Amino acid sequence: MTSRSSSKSPKPAQKKPAKKSVDGPAPFSEEEEVAAYRDMLLIRRFEEKAGQMYGMGLIGGFCHLYIGQEAVVVGMQMAIEEGDQVITGYRDHGHMLATGMDPKGVMAELTGREGGYSRGKGGSMHMFSREKQFFGGHGIVGAQVPLGTGLAFANRYRGNDRVCLAYFGDGAANQGQVYESFNMAELWELPVVYVIENNQYAMGTSVARASAQTNLSKRGVSFNIPGEQVDGMDVRAVREAGLRAVESCRAGKGPYILEMMTYRYRGHSMSDPAKYRAKEEVNKMRAEHDPIEQVRIRLIESKTLTEDDLKQIDKEIKAIVNEAAEFAQSSPEPDPSELWTDILADMEA
Amino acid sequence: MAIKVLMPALSPTMEEGTLAKWHVKVGDEVKSGDVIAEIETDKATMEVEAADDGKIEKLLVEEGTENVKVNEVIALLAGDDDGASDEGGAPEKPAPETNPGQGEATSRESGEKTKAESKKPKAEIKADPDLPEGAEFVTQTVREALRDAMAEEMRRDETVFVMGEEVAQYQGAYKVTQGLLDEFGDRRVVDTPITEHGFAGLGVGAAMAGLRPIVEFMTFNFAMQAIDQIINSAAKTRYMSGGQMSCPIVFRGPNGPAARVAAQHSQDYSSWYAHVPGLIVIAPYSAADAKGLLKAAIRDPNPVIFLENEVLYGKSFDVPKHEDFVLPIGKARVMKEGNDVTLVSHSHGLTYCLEAMAKLEEEGIDVELIDLRTIRPLDMDTVIASVKKTNRLVTVEETWPVCGIGAEIAASVQEKAFDYLDAPVLRVTQKDVPMPYAANLEKLALPSAAEVVEAVKAVCYR
Repeated sequence: MTSRSSSKSPKPAQKKPAKKSVDGPAPFSEEEEVAAYRDMLLIRRFEEKAGQMYGMGLIGGFCHLYIGQEAVVVGMQMAIEEGDQVITGYRDHGHMLATGMDPKGVMAELTGREGGYSRGKGGSMHMFSREKQFFGGHGIVGAQVPLGTGLAFANRYRGNDRVCLAYFGDGAANQGQVYESFNMAELWELPVVYVIENNQYAMGTSVARASAQTNLSKRGVSFNIPGEQVDGMDVRAVREAGLRAVESCRAGKGPYILEMMTYRYRGHSMSDPAKYRAKEEVNKMRAEHDPIEQVRIRLIESKTLTEDDLKQIDKEIKAIVNEAAEFAQSSPEPDPSELWTDILADMEA
Repeated sequence: MAIKVLMPALSPTMEEGTLAKWHVKVGDEVKSGDVIAEIETDKATMEVEAADDGKIEKLLVEEGTENVKVNEVIALLAGDDDGASDEGGAPEKPAPETNPGQGEATSRESGEKTKAESKKPKAEIKADPDLPEGAEFVTQTVREALRDAMAEEMRRDETVFVMGEEVAQYQGAYKVTQGLLDEFGDRRVVDTPITEHGFAGLGVGAAMAGLRPIVEFMTFNFAMQAIDQIINSAAKTRYMSGGQMSCPIVFRGPNGPAARVAAQHSQDYSSWYAHVPGLIVIAPYSAADAKGLLKAAIRDPNPVIFLENEVLYGKSFDVPKHEDFVLPIGKARVMKEGNDVTLVSHSHGLTYCLEAMAKLEEEGIDVELIDLRTIRPLDMDTVIASVKKTNRLVTVEETWPVCGIGAEIAASVQEKAFDYLDAPVLRVTQKDVPMPYAANLEKLALPSAAEVVEAVKAVCYR
């Protein structure tokens, strides 16, 4: 591409992050704290409900819950603008809700109903929203990384200043296509933030058992892509790092890697008893690092909200989730004729 | 005595070339490795090096001579070792080594003049009814037709771009993208690293964002590195998104057996991709079809696998001189009407059919020849209509037999025209073995006109 001529001077091996606060992440405004709390709580409650519905046999197949990782998508969403794209793997319900997709449509897709985002033909791992610039929802581990790089390529091609967030996990970080993407993204200075959600376990395999370099933020070093490790349980830290990365991309400086240190409370999928880690480890994370609890405490301590206010928010969120669950059960199954639609587009499309 | 210097081959499929320039004259002393001549094909220019020390005794082919056959003696070198002699049946000196220049890339490229070209069918080929009426024609190679198709679509639509290995500065490993960089610049003609999985996925992402990428694979053999993105991401996403997502992308490049490149570089993938709902698969034979169908593929809103054939790239055909010549996808072409037997093939398989047809005519067997052109969706209506007329069917392909295109056609025909069949459907295919390197074994592995003749006679009970 034009952007990267051979005369371009080499970059230092590691770009310095623009600005990084010494005393913890920059504080949120009151409105931001409340918004982050609501958004994270919606994901938490939604996922809990999905788990229940799976147990009732209303949701089939694979179902990967996002509980514990809420601060990552909510913080990153606060760092991007309308028109920026988001793409992720199969643990995707949180991303959909964070981009503003309707919980009813998401839940109805989980139940395989007509009212689902893919009209019941995609399921948990395959949902999309052109309107919200959410490009899936991809079930093959790591496949979303070249795809997201391609979304960024399109931004570059069109000469707009949109940025793509391409999320993947610590497991996908060992796929070869991730590095093929890193290489092209840096070579062509594509505006893509690679958000590695390091929840410590690729299904049942810990990072240490799978990765020669366990600091995944360094995985871009040989491509000269700057990388940072971020406390992915602290929504403020996520947003701050996200702003830095997005700003760098928007300024035409090429890709950026953020390794979000996070944790999933539940098993890899619904059928995973999670015997590869100690209960204590999970309990410690929940007790000391829970992303929602952190914000709740700040809201109370700063007297931004009272316990009653929080209860009210809880109630509202619960209502949204219940409405989604009801819709997901009352929406009809797709018409049998749907079997044969959406395979190929008509020429006019 | 004299050592023969032979016309070298630049690529596995080259049969002849132009002796562009002599760098030596009679009487010159040369050392092994000295450049003595330049040879050219429509794709490449290469230097010929002396393989021995000695004095140039004779230049047998004049500078500028075209169509010099590979292995023709082009010069004689007087060896400086008096004892050396090649008389009395001594083995010929091997052709001088050409300078491959590209190191390891040599196995990734090759050429032009085709083995198909020598055999001109005698049978009358029917005009394609899908061609524009009253069209004037221009003679073009398949390679030129493909390039023109891309260039025309790129002029027409700013969202169309080409990416792949060596497509820009090198002008295409097979020179299909020749000249595109000059016209469209490096924003729209993008050289990629050798990273098939990565750039196929990147292309799919760009297509999902609304661009229309043409992704060139240097050969479809390398697309196996990328097949997950082609099938799981490109083909299935429309369905999985309930029709929300679109993926208007063309994956194109040479497919099928080349010549003497062995199993990893010689495979026909038509049945692999034809298996997948959500893909369109096109495999043209003629330059006109290559052009009209590639333009259609680029305009199509779906992912298209466009299977070219390396051996056909240098073959010339009449192409309509129409400013916007687009052919319909999914429509087979009856190349010749006949009454005795239906012969169905695609891409380079047609060369065996055309050769066989000429022989069969001499024996009084009237063949109806169908070029499928599109493999998915398969135009079974045209095949069935023909079988209902001829009552006999032979399929010809360079694919392996198991789950091949012929297998699919045979199954469909017995479903839809069982009562019309007077003989079992026979398939002529590549043998069910990986492609061997040895010349004799390779010939045995490929289909042949003789096998087509034999199969046709068998279904005609002759």
